[in-house]
Amino acid sequence: MELYILLIFMIFAAFVAIEMKDLFSSVIAMGAVGFALCLAFLIVKAPDLAITQLVVEILCLIILIRATMNKDLPLVIEGRWVFNTMATLIFAGVFLFFSYWALKELPNFGEPLMTVVRKYMEEGADKTGSVNLVTGVVLDFRAYDTLGEAAALFAAVIGIVTVLRKTGSKSHDK
Amino acid sequence: MGLYFLCIILFCVGLYGVLRKRNIVKIIIGLVIMNYSISLFFVLLGYKFHGRAPIESQNQTIANMVDPLPQALVLTSIVISLAVMALLIAIAIRIYERYGTFDITKIKRLRG
Repeated sequence: MELYILLIFMIFAAFVAIEMKDLFSSVIAMGAVGFALCLAFLIVKAPDLAITQLVVEILCLIILIRATMNKDLPLVIEGRWVFNTMATLIFAGVFLFFSYWALKELPNFGEPLMTVVRKYMEEGADKTGSVNLVTGVVLDFRAYDTLGEAAALFAAVIGIVTVLRKTGSKSHDK
Repeated sequence: MGLYFLCIILFCVGLYGVLRKRNIVKIIIGLVIMNYSISLFFVLLGYKFHGRAPIESQNQTIANMVDPLPQALVLTSIVISLAVMALLIAIAIRIYERYGTFDITKIKRLRG
């Protein structure tokens, strides 16, 4: 029940974030979506994810506020307004229709299959020495995924430094 | 089923923002919202009724535990989403420096 309320709140806040004219207000509304997601993670018993989501959300807000500070622009609606909106809504409608039939095939909410994870749960504490199964899976059973994550983070940081560099770019030289 | 469908609706709201809006910051916000909805969807798939958090304790055995595997994978994906969003914001700041606008229809000139 709490999950339904939180999800409806998240949909409402996401719609406000998309439709708000002021960029700063829409960034704050996106923060509301993220913190509601943090609460939802707590309700579905995922405390590690809730902590990570909290930190990531605060960093997201700081970066986005830095980007939109003093740069408020009026929303320009011109051209093929009706065509664009109708095309987007039709696409979303088709997506929702097919996802309705696809979601029926999934196991019911609250009764997961848990086939892969049974072995982890039996042997996890003995093999990895970690009482927290999530960190056991992330850092031991699936350590190569974590290595790939670190590589992706490193590539993203190099990309940010390259895009935002001051020395060597043409616009700053002249 | 209902919760899964609400997650897909949240995804569609983000998709609407990506497809319809012309402001780059709005497009990035739509992408972030799509990311949130997908991570919530995966975690909901692993939830068990009256389950406990996947942390074992020393002096009692916990029988009814939620699925830790989707949580571990989503933990990776959340951090990646932060890196992707920071890279997008860096590109957006650069575009604003160069063109003086966030409007994607005004960014037409091709020059290095």
